Amino acid sequence: MKAGVIVFPGSNCDRDAYHALRDVLGYEVDYLWHADRRPLDDYGLIIVPGGFSYGDYLRPGAIARFAPIMDSVRAYAERGGLVLGICNGFQILCEAGLLPGALTRNTGLKFRCRHVYVRVENAQTPFTRHYREGEVLKLPIAHGDGRYVCDEATLAQLQRNRQIIFRYCSPDGAIDPAWNPNGSVDAIAGVANERFNVLGMMPHPERACELLLGSEDGRRLLQVAG
Amino acid sequence: MVSTSRSPEVWRSMGLTDAEYARIVELLQREPTDTELGMFAVMWSEHCGYKYSRPVLRLFKKYREALEGAGFENAGVVPLDEQYGIAMKVESHNHPSAVEPHQGAATGVGGIIRDIFTMGARPIAILDSLRFGPLDEARNRYLFEHVVEGISSYGNCIGVPTVAGEVYFHPCYSGNPLVNAMAVGVVPLNRIVSARADVPGSAVMYVGASTGRDGIHGATFASETLDEDSEQKRPNVQIGDPFMEKLLIEATLEALETGAVLGMQDMGAAGLTCTTCEPTSKSGTGVEIDTALVPTREPDMTPYEIMLSESQERMLLYVQAEREEEVARVFRKWGLNAVVIGRVIEEPILRVRHHGEVVAEIPPDYLTKQCPVYYLETQEPEYLREVQNLDLSALPDVESPEAALLQLLESPNIASKRWVFEQYDWLVGTQTVVPPGEGDAAVLRVRGSQKGIALKIDCNSRYCYLHPYRGGQLAVAEAARNVACTGAMPRAITDCLNFGNPQRPEIFYQFEQAVHGIADASEYFGTPVISGNVSFYNESERGAVYPTPTIGMLGVLERAEDALQAGFREAGLAVLLVQPPAWDDPHLGLGGSEYLSVIHGLERGIPPTLLLDAEAQLHRFLVACARQRLVRSAHDISEGGFAVALTESALIGNCGVQVNLPHEAFRWAQGRRDAILFSEAQTRVILSASNEAVPAIQSMAQAHGLACYRIGETGGEEVAIAYEGEPLIRLSLQACRNAYENAIPRWMERRV
Repeated sequence: MKAGVIVFPGSNCDRDAYHALRDVLGYEVDYLWHADRRPLDDYGLIIVPGGFSYGDYLRPGAIARFAPIMDSVRAYAERGGLVLGICNGFQILCEAGLLPGALTRNTGLKFRCRHVYVRVENAQTPFTRHYREGEVLKLPIAHGDGRYVCDEATLAQLQRNRQIIFRYCSPDGAIDPAWNPNGSVDAIAGVANERFNVLGMMPHPERACELLLGSEDGRRLLQVAG
Repeated sequence: MVSTSRSPEVWRSMGLTDAEYARIVELLQREPTDTELGMFAVMWSEHCGYKYSRPVLRLFKKYREALEGAGFENAGVVPLDEQYGIAMKVESHNHPSAVEPHQGAATGVGGIIRDIFTMGARPIAILDSLRFGPLDEARNRYLFEHVVEGISSYGNCIGVPTVAGEVYFHPCYSGNPLVNAMAVGVVPLNRIVSARADVPGSAVMYVGASTGRDGIHGATFASETLDEDSEQKRPNVQIGDPFMEKLLIEATLEALETGAVLGMQDMGAAGLTCTTCEPTSKSGTGVEIDTALVPTREPDMTPYEIMLSESQERMLLYVQAEREEEVARVFRKWGLNAVVIGRVIEEPILRVRHHGEVVAEIPPDYLTKQCPVYYLETQEPEYLREVQNLDLSALPDVESPEAALLQLLESPNIASKRWVFEQYDWLVGTQTVVPPGEGDAAVLRVRGSQKGIALKIDCNSRYCYLHPYRGGQLAVAEAARNVACTGAMPRAITDCLNFGNPQRPEIFYQFEQAVHGIADASEYFGTPVISGNVSFYNESERGAVYPTPTIGMLGVLERAEDALQAGFREAGLAVLLVQPPAWDDPHLGLGGSEYLSVIHGLERGIPPTLLLDAEAQLHRFLVACARQRLVRSAHDISEGGFAVALTESALIGNCGVQVNLPHEAFRWAQGRRDAILFSEAQTRVILSASNEAVPAIQSMAQAHGLACYRIGETGGEEVAIAYEGEPLIRLSLQACRNAYENAIPRWMERRV
């Protein structure tokens, strides 16, 4: 299995994703440069990593969506390829129209980095099939703009289609505003597209692949092969 | 007085004395041009030239060796294993942060990060030591909030985790906050890059951001006392662009892989002047550049401005001739400027042209080695005798230990700094094994190595105020103990020496004494000072700051996975107290304590006694316990004493604890409950361990000449402390947590 990690100017979780995929999961991994437009069909998984692509100028993800590589990602996703956007990658996928909704300033207005708990809402996607429905994962977040918003019609559609994949919750799995770190609507931490081959999430699974770092709950999510 | 056409006001406003101006004329045998005068003024400032501190810094062994011929090359790198070394450095950005807190702090981080990748090291961690006036003043809250935001916005964006730090509040910092940023990097030992210009003919390549008019004379600004006019110095403060810095990190490290980069220096203080004169002075060469070739943000910049600008995110590279394009291509790929602005020449001259016309022509040594050195007068300050006086017999013992503990837990100096560190991305890089708030120091694994590193930055400036020499020693001892509590052997120090105006003999006395204390302790522990920074003139209308020699400590763990945290992780563990068998302390460890300050409003006494031998033994003991996996947690006893340390371990691990303290372990406290609970007597740690491991830990302590007492057990929802069976404290974890966790957020929600 070969995975690709996109590198935008200002990406800073590209190396972490690379190491998790290569050193922990044993995949072959390539970095994919933002300025290249190229076929991605060799890859079993494309990661749009976290960071501050283009310095978050204008707003997070707003410039990255125009990068040549995003044309390739769009084509790859249309053919059913698996795309995972993490943190800034989630913001980019929303800006690029590959996922519905948008990510706005945290309600607390401050950047927050901590471990949070998320509940697996749909375990029947290519990314979550190794989890149980309702399972609670401990994953780290690190963002200033992670408040997921969308209009009511979209929200209803997301709920109906079970496109909400992760929701922030308490350690025992209760949905409670006190455990929602950024004020996301409906406590949404991650959403998928209608075909479930594109997933965006604010928590960082690539930072949660080894117990030494406090959690390995993210590892199964990256295990899309086999 | 030299006869000159210039008004003395010109050089005086740049921070030069009349005698220094005369010396410049003597050296050049003519009057300097405007550009030359500006170059001398910045290079001969304390900030760049260390003209006042140099004689005292010779107390540091490594510094002495470097001055005496070993050179400063690679001096800031500690070998980790056969393959990798750790580079680290700390630097102050106090004055810019006092004027413009967000940008001041952000560019402080940017500058210190450049110091690290300039050596060819990939930056892997940031730490910061921050000091402000009390939070009941709105201005101090404003500075605190925006300094943290500045660090957060810059560090998070460049993808380097901020893993540890300290924040203190004291009235002495009200007009002059301290912002010390430390950066740590990993470098392959065979790839360390030096700031040298050895090879005539090699290209001088300017890379990174364009040059603007910002930060001109920033180094001079740093070498003055803050006053009412400082607000007008806002234009002296540089503006940072972390996105540019991130590109510069990646491009620079990639460019080094070409093997064509012979030397490199970042443009920090004194910008292009410093990066041309220092490497050539070291190499005995010269350089010829044309400032008209420098990419500028504004048209019509003068050579004077270009040579002195401190615009951020710029580097100067010395590149092998004929291979310029290879290197430039890498920077262009990352969207950065890369322009050859001149060549290294054999003749030891720094020749600056502007559109071909010579505007400066100075032998590099004049700017560096000829910087005057002053031996300043010292005088023991009068206040010392007065404040060291503490009559404990006149001090009533603590009436309500529970109330006192809660008050200490919510003292902003002790309270949880979660409000701060959750604004920092402390996990990016996926190497953070012990994160902020979980241990006495941060621990990182190092990719490609078995080993781990522990990092801490710390200083108790109240101790330094009361006794500068011992304060210096204690700062080293505590930082070393902190890294040892994670299981790491203390290895090396970087220090940031923050003091008032050195031309005042009392201040220089504090400086000399504190440096002496640091040098002695660091030699004893085998933790040399490998790099650092001096920041004088930390004064405002309210006077000088307390002497604050911040110690950045590096420790090494043989295996990263042995790292210890500070919290009680589960119920049913034995709780142990380890300390020296005996010591003398006239003030029972209450001198200069947080307890005296918070409960009695007193800042007096002699700081706690330090037994260097026992302290070094404690470090070895902790390292051995971690290595053999005997211990589950370790936490040192510092500000707030035993009761605070025990409560912190309970809160961090979210597990209660009950202890009954034996008289035998507290004979030194002379029956005073305040000393038992809140003394800051040194070289003491609280451990938790499985019951089976206790005998092995006890014999390990004995082998290290330390006393080890089993004092209780973890479990329950309370913190309960008794002395010889008599209950002193019984508080719910929740009550403790409210005090400890909410103190700073409550202050920061205040809007008036």
